[in-house]
Amino acid sequence: MIHSLFLINCSGDIFLEKHWKSVVSQSVCDYFFEAQEKAADVENVPPVISTPHHYLISIYRDKLFFVSVIQTEVPPLFVIEFLHRVADTFQDYFGECSEAAIKDNVVIVYELLEEMLDNGFPLATESNILKELIKPPTILRSVVNSITGSSNVGDTLPTGQLSNIPWRRAGVKYTNNEAYFDVVEEIDAIIDKSGSTVFAEIQGVIDACIKLSGMPDLSLSFMNPRLLDDVSFHPCIRFKRWESERVLSFIPPDGNFRLISYRVSSQNLVAIPVYVKHNISFKENSSCGRFDITIGPKQNMGKTIEGITVTVHMPKVVLNMNLTPTQGSYTFDPVTKVLAWDVGKITPQKLPSLKGLVNLQSGAPKPEENPSLNIQFKIQQLAISGLKVNRLDMYGEKYKPFKGVKYVTKAGKFQVRT
Amino acid sequence: MTDSKYFTTTKKGEIFELKAELNSDKKEKKKEAVKKVIASMTVGKDVSALFPDVVNCMQTDNLELKKLVYLYLMNYAKSQPDMAIMAVNTFVKDCEDPNPLIRALAVRTMGCIRVDKITEYLCEPLRKCLKDEDPYVRKTAAVCVAKLHDINAQLVEDQGFLDTLKDLISDSNPMVVANAVAALSEIAESHPSSNLLDLNPQSINKLLTALNECTEWGQIFILDCLANYMPKDDREAQSICERVTPRLSHANSAVVLSAVKVLMKFMEMLSKDLDYYGTLLKKLAPPLVTLLSAEPELQYVALRNINLIVQKRPEILKHEMKVFFVKYNDPIYVKLEKLDIMIRLASQANIAQVLAELKEYATEVDVDFVRKAVRAIGRCAIKVEQSAERCVSTLLDLIQTKVNYVVQEAIVVIKDIFRKYPNKYESVIATLCENLDSLDEPEARAAMIWIVGEYAERIDNADELLESFLEGFHDESTQVQLQLLTAIVKLFLKKPTETQELVQQVLSLATQDSDNPDLRDRGYIYWRLLSTDPVAAKEVVLAEKPLISEETDLIEPTLLDELICYIGTLASVYHKPPSAFVEGGRGVVHKSLPPRTASSESTESPETAPAGAPSGDQPDVIPAQGDLLGDLLNLDLGPPVSGPPLAASSVQMGAVDLLGGGLDSLMGDEPEGIGDTNFGAPPAAVTTAATPARLGAPISSGLSDLFDLTSGVGTLSGSYVAPKAVWLPAIKAKGLEISGTFTRQVGSISMDLQLTNKALQVMTDFAIQFNRNSFGLAPAAPLQVHAPLSPNQTVELSLPLNTVGSVMKMEPLNNLQVAVKNNIDVFYFSTLYPLHVLFVEDGKMDRQMFLATWKDIPNENEAQFQIRDCPLNTEAASNKLQSSNIFTVAKRSVEGQDMLYQSLKLTNGIWVLAELRIQPGNPSMTLSLKCRAPEVSQHVYQAYETILKN
Repeated sequence: MIHSLFLINCSGDIFLEKHWKSVVSQSVCDYFFEAQEKAADVENVPPVISTPHHYLISIYRDKLFFVSVIQTEVPPLFVIEFLHRVADTFQDYFGECSEAAIKDNVVIVYELLEEMLDNGFPLATESNILKELIKPPTILRSVVNSITGSSNVGDTLPTGQLSNIPWRRAGVKYTNNEAYFDVVEEIDAIIDKSGSTVFAEIQGVIDACIKLSGMPDLSLSFMNPRLLDDVSFHPCIRFKRWESERVLSFIPPDGNFRLISYRVSSQNLVAIPVYVKHNISFKENSSCGRFDITIGPKQNMGKTIEGITVTVHMPKVVLNMNLTPTQGSYTFDPVTKVLAWDVGKITPQKLPSLKGLVNLQSGAPKPEENPSLNIQFKIQQLAISGLKVNRLDMYGEKYKPFKGVKYVTKAGKFQVRT
Repeated sequence: MTDSKYFTTTKKGEIFELKAELNSDKKEKKKEAVKKVIASMTVGKDVSALFPDVVNCMQTDNLELKKLVYLYLMNYAKSQPDMAIMAVNTFVKDCEDPNPLIRALAVRTMGCIRVDKITEYLCEPLRKCLKDEDPYVRKTAAVCVAKLHDINAQLVEDQGFLDTLKDLISDSNPMVVANAVAALSEIAESHPSSNLLDLNPQSINKLLTALNECTEWGQIFILDCLANYMPKDDREAQSICERVTPRLSHANSAVVLSAVKVLMKFMEMLSKDLDYYGTLLKKLAPPLVTLLSAEPELQYVALRNINLIVQKRPEILKHEMKVFFVKYNDPIYVKLEKLDIMIRLASQANIAQVLAELKEYATEVDVDFVRKAVRAIGRCAIKVEQSAERCVSTLLDLIQTKVNYVVQEAIVVIKDIFRKYPNKYESVIATLCENLDSLDEPEARAAMIWIVGEYAERIDNADELLESFLEGFHDESTQVQLQLLTAIVKLFLKKPTETQELVQQVLSLATQDSDNPDLRDRGYIYWRLLSTDPVAAKEVVLAEKPLISEETDLIEPTLLDELICYIGTLASVYHKPPSAFVEGGRGVVHKSLPPRTASSESTESPETAPAGAPSGDQPDVIPAQGDLLGDLLNLDLGPPVSGPPLAASSVQMGAVDLLGGGLDSLMGDEPEGIGDTNFGAPPAAVTTAATPARLGAPISSGLSDLFDLTSGVGTLSGSYVAPKAVWLPAIKAKGLEISGTFTRQVGSISMDLQLTNKALQVMTDFAIQFNRNSFGLAPAAPLQVHAPLSPNQTVELSLPLNTVGSVMKMEPLNNLQVAVKNNIDVFYFSTLYPLHVLFVEDGKMDRQMFLATWKDIPNENEAQFQIRDCPLNTEAASNKLQSSNIFTVAKRSVEGQDMLYQSLKLTNGIWVLAELRIQPGNPSMTLSLKCRAPEVSQHVYQAYETILKN
């Protein structure tokens, strides 16, 4: 099981270590640093590294490395999932998962890690339960604590731990009872030079924010549940009901959580809302090239496409770019060679474009490859797959909750090859 | 107010200050001080000096302070064992606290204090907590048993905690069940032989119920535990699969992958005709694809596993090629894995798409990735024949880009394409030759040189090209030098008239100016060949090469089957069985897929699965190829012949010789009387020596030897004498070939050997020795070879064996490592002996005894096997087995089936009880074996099969 955890920042300082069994010397991280050095980019550090006596399994999150040390045969996914859970918990508790936040709350961090893992076995990883055991820091509480001498640590048994619904804490009370669902769909796509789709799929999630008193039992049904054939569920969902009736039936955790995630991959269902006309060329034996891209709406279901940004990693030989946008603003970083164009909204009357010249290092051979364009956008009030919530019913409690569903479609990994 | 202030106190005297604060009367100050201590501890500062002061703070009602002190204790108790005893009383008290949270906290902390002295005091509180009324305490206590076991295994066993833990598997609370399973799995890992997790249908049912209700982590433990279960029949397998499939929709990817493991394993038992089998295949694809939308680290592990899954069952993901297409901002480790899987999934149906993608990748920025993409194009060409042409033209396009590393990779793969489709794409050679100058990597240079040599007759200026390489001969890497040598010899054999000078030059460079023994030896071989028998040289050097196989990097099937059982573990990431890398290799049990029970046609052969021979524990010692060649050369020094060029002999002499007889006979097509010179080494040996000349031909080493040896398993017993199998081929023993078999006659075991001298030199001074082995087999007499063994002579002898040698457990159990010595060298080989030579004559048990023993041996020791295609009736089978000392104790007929109850005893006194079920008219028999040492069952089964089938 998980032996130890080291938190390492980007400059290679180990700023926190936690050992659940015996102490493993920090020097084990040298193997990690070695691998880090070899992988030019921080993102390219391999997640599983073997050393003579240990295995290091790491994740890279929010500019921090979470490096865990294991000694026996443990499922690596188990460890990686757990590390992500730790990062999620920090995010949840401190609002951000950063070195500063962790150092500011080191005692809570230590207490959390102690509660989350016992001798390498995961213990309490549900945020509802952790919050009962260890209260998240708030300014008010630290003031109160310093006056009254009380502490962050709850002294009750986390009742959820024992019930059959370990994800929900008991005794929840709200004056306003509300249940909100966000249907968020991201389009992952690769579009080739000619504009045809090489690969496209939709990664969807339904995130819920549930603030309901007592033990509400909810059922959520869809207009078109057939769309969902590849789904991952939060443990609270009753799988049998879904199998037989295609209804999501569950007792929700308290607060924010991800209810389901799903994938729609069949080509005809994945609409591509934007197109890009591009003309990027570098002349042989000359130190300049042309750059010209135009973005337009394609299958946008009549909604406005907004929040568009285009990011391009230009080839190394590009020295500078001299461009004119018809809309929005652009920046080019000559060090990282990243061109970022913040477009904003598309108005169909006047399509946004960005044109101009590219200055190349003189004498260098012209780049072999044309860069890929990475596109971000957002469409409010639309789930591009066509998924629609039909109704939400609540059983088990008497009050009448406020209910709401919001839809949004975004670009995920949306790449256009040129 | 944040905790970062605790990090700022770095001044001297800090410890003293903290000490004062810890002993303060004010609660608040105390707590702050403990927080500071903990903060220092987290960043790795040594605050162990404060131990007594911190422990003093332990007796408090403040829960946070208590927790903090516990944290401190866990870290430092080890370094201060005497002090830690002070804490024991508090633990004992806390374990009886009315608040279950405190009870659980106490039992949790107790287990983390890794001090021997303390552990015995903790047994009583732990026992109480294991039976606590509160499940939270029970589940915490379950883990504590595992912790304690890690510290003092004996204590845990003596105190009976393991049994209590086993009882917890039937607990009413699913969380307790999950933790008990987790704890038992961890303990079992250090005790591979113990049957801690003896699973039976009842306990499986309990686990499956708990599976639905416990936490995600618990589900992983339970699923991993389920995967070790061997269902009785396909119906049970199916019902487990049905109950596991809902886990495929879990949000936690580790749960998903563990569920995939269980399904992949149990699927093996389901008949392919079953509707359910098809349903299951369909259900497996979406969750695997979904794993790829997770974080890159998860993707990586998932991809490594998918790589195994597509090799085992390509049908699962055959329609999902597109999800493996690479995005330009994927991390490199994900890109490379995706590429691998793309090739595995490539088929005629999707090759166009794959090629378009690969071509795209070949223009990316990342050099490693581009190289692999180019190689992938070559692999596609080799895998999908219809695409070969398109692949070649894609490669040519890439060569036109003139990007240096792309060109080099392309040439390396084109060489492989030539090997796969000879005489098809040679038209591209001209294009390749244009890029000769840009090649600077050894592999690419070697490949290009190979191409030039191989197709010398079609390249007009082949001699010029090769000559240009020759200029910097000594600066080239060995790979290139060897290739150049071979290529020039090929050229010479093809165009002898124009290239004499060149070949002399390269031979002298290789033999005289080089320090590399491989190169020198290969040089001499060629030289000798050319000078003595150029026709033979032509046959050897220009021999037709075997086509390269479709997929060179497939995992060997038995290993693959084993790895399928390890889906989701580190083994699956490394694609090696755990025995190959888990530290100390302690207690690694080979896992194998269950045999398919339903269908009579077995597509896989599960019997062979556990015999997976990891190359790591390769027992054979093979002399390096270089030495071998050197020795071959020396062998023919015996008969006096017209001077073969020794290292000392001059170039001129060699050259004259070379151009003399050699060339003439080469020019004249008919070899007249050349063959009968007493110079020639036996053809077998020559061919072997020339093996390295074939580019890329894998030099089969010990591995293939091992496989040869397995054929020696089925040998004789009693009346049946199996043919001798070759144990040590001549090429590995400098001309000595040993074949043999094992026999048992009237109570004595012997090893029948046949020694053949295939060298040119007389062999004497034979001796034999065995390594320690599982049953203590040892030679009972020295190896008696009376006369010296002259060339081409064979001697047969029988070596009596006894079983009083030293014993060491081998893997596989019946492995025997043998060393044979003669006047030339010592040679090592290993062989597998059939277990039935160890069945003793007094192996008949009486009925009562048999019945009692059968009942006494626990059920989990029972192993069941199928003996197929053995159309013997009961009588005949019984007689046959009897002659090999397998005795029928009783016979019974039930529902048209005959049951034979049999017993046998091994030389070391192990009894094996068997039940052989024979159905008249059905060629399959079912064999159930029970033995206190279950590891012999597999081999006993093999013995049964051998005896019955011969």
